[in-house]
Amino acid sequence: MLLKTEALTKNFGGLTALNKVDFEIQESEIVAIIGPNGAGKSTFFNLISGYYPACSGTISFLGKDMTRTPTHEFACRGIGRTFQTTNLFTDSTVLDNLIIGYRSKTKMGMLDAIFNTSRARRDEGASREKATEVLEFIGLTEVKGQPVGNISQEAAKRLAIGLALVTEPRLLLLDEPAAGVNHGETNELAKLIKKIQQTGTTVCLIEHKVQMVMNLAHRIMVLNYGSKIAEGTPKEISNNERVIEAYLGGTAHA
Amino acid sequence: MLDGMKKSNAKLIAYGGFLAVAIAFPFISPNRYYLTVVTLGFIYAIAVYGLNLIVGYLGQLSLAQAGFFGLGAYVSGLLSLKLHLSFWISLPMAAVVTTLVALLVGLISFRTRGHYFVIFTLCIGVIINLVIEKWDDLTGGVRGLIGIPRPTSIGPIDFISLESQYYLVLFFLSLTIFVMSQIASSLVGRTFKSIRNSEELAATLGINVMRNKLLAFGIAAFFTGIAGALFAGYIRFIGPDISNPHLTFEFLLFLLIGGQATIAGPLVGTLIATGLTESLQFMQEYRMVVFGALLIIIVKFFPGGLVGAAMKLKTKIEKRMNKANKSVNAPSKGENHAAKNRGFN
Ligand SMILES: Nc1ncnc2c1ncn2[C@@H]1O[C@H](COP(=O)(O)OP(=O)(O)OP(=O)(O)O)[C@@H](O)[C@H]1O
Ligand SMILES: [Mg+2]
Repeated sequence: MLLKTEALTKNFGGLTALNKVDFEIQESEIVAIIGPNGAGKSTFFNLISGYYPACSGTISFLGKDMTRTPTHEFACRGIGRTFQTTNLFTDSTVLDNLIIGYRSKTKMGMLDAIFNTSRARRDEGASREKATEVLEFIGLTEVKGQPVGNISQEAAKRLAIGLALVTEPRLLLLDEPAAGVNHGETNELAKLIKKIQQTGTTVCLIEHKVQMVMNLAHRIMVLNYGSKIAEGTPKEISNNERVIEAYLGGTAHA
Repeated sequence: MLDGMKKSNAKLIAYGGFLAVAIAFPFISPNRYYLTVVTLGFIYAIAVYGLNLIVGYLGQLSLAQAGFFGLGAYVSGLLSLKLHLSFWISLPMAAVVTTLVALLVGLISFRTRGHYFVIFTLCIGVIINLVIEKWDDLTGGVRGLIGIPRPTSIGPIDFISLESQYYLVLFFLSLTIFVMSQIASSLVGRTFKSIRNSEELAATLGINVMRNKLLAFGIAAFFTGIAGALFAGYIRFIGPDISNPHLTFEFLLFLLIGGQATIAGPLVGTLIATGLTESLQFMQEYRMVVFGALLIIIVKFFPGGLVGAAMKLKTKIEKRMNKANKSVNAPSKGENHAAKNRGFN
């Protein structure tokens, strides 16, 4: 088992954004989290990526407790993520974004930089190599020299995924990777996600596009008002009474 | 690859040119007064390089820098005045003490962000200033330290003449510029810039934000401490004023004029601003009216300062020249490729 949460809970003031969620992610599967707006999906990601500390409950990754681990350690241990609103280093180019993404895997320090030691040169070479490799993988080699402000929305989405990939995650969390892109581009992104899983990275995604989720996911968890209301295969979920009710009842969303 | 080589050649030429002019300056300077002004400008520039690392590259507006400058000056001044230590011991001691204090300050202040960080570091600057001013027994209070010995001579080389002091300061300035440019062009510099751009994203990618902030803060303080020690050895009379937050704002002004997050910016800005200060002496306090206007113009129209503006101009010209070259050559496969890339814009 890759990741396991037990009774994971997050309150914002009086609001319980996530309520005692137990969940497990197995190695090399694609799991999806769905639910109406405000259900707590992003909050769940923010907790299991160490972005927010949990209020109660536990997170363990590869059998180790991560509940009190600082944010940057999550990436080092193998959890990579994207944000719902695409988050990139806006002041640099596509390639430079990926180069810095590899920083946690390199060891060079201040003295290496000042004396341009062999370690510094090795690390810079490795970062460039890794960045180029990921660039190829996400299909953005053509625009590598562009400032990220100049690339299309869909390219930015790919780059955000690539940025998470350069950290060489065991588990990749994608928060609405296909939001705001057209149908054809959505299919391309789905292909990319499939490709990522085939290289051995476990993927967990949040997505509102039902078609995409049904095609990609092996397993789905449904959240509503911060609680897990269902979990199962796409088929099971599409026939689940409570899920149908949640979508048709409260804040309807497709 | 070729591009990289071109770039590093251009860099070498720029450094070589600067060094050649700087070494020749005492011989071509029409009078000694200019030499004293430039020497002082170089000392300030070293401190501004420190500020550049924090404000320009790391993106954290620290207002404690004059405090660190004063600390370096007093540590070095006291050690050589009261304990009769050699300048070559008191200077590194000043750098080390300043760095340690900065690390301690950083450990607390980097728990805050944004405006809170700015205000917190301003308070630290004020506190250092007050300690220096009020700790009469040690620092001489408002009377300051008088008669600080000159930098100790090294074998046959002494630092009595103005020229020799100028070269001493030039040596440390070159060292500072070298170290800063090495950092800026390395992964370490990229890491600082990534924190400036988005702390959250940097942390998400596994970068230890706190550690990197402390690292930058420490290095900056190290050089600011050296600048302070050089100041003490050069002016040989120091008062609590040199740790006053006013000076921080002056450093900031120099940095903004020259161009933050550039390697030439701190030097260019400091020399131009100190030069202006000197030539506007006759206006006394009203000088700041000129500086105020200058600052507004720069912040509004050249956010990258003078150096940033020059670099922009250079890339513009290069682009135009490339275009001209291309329309001369018959379109090739590479040309198509480039056109496609442009189409992506
Ligand atoms: N930082 C925060 N401070 C206060 N409230 C928050 C914060 N983050 C989320 N919330 C609240 O927690 C609840 C869950 O939000 P969350 O972003 O997890 O929903 P979501 O399922 O991702 O929704 P969407 O599909 O719209 O992205 C919402 O009511 C939201 O307003
Ligand atoms: Mg969300």
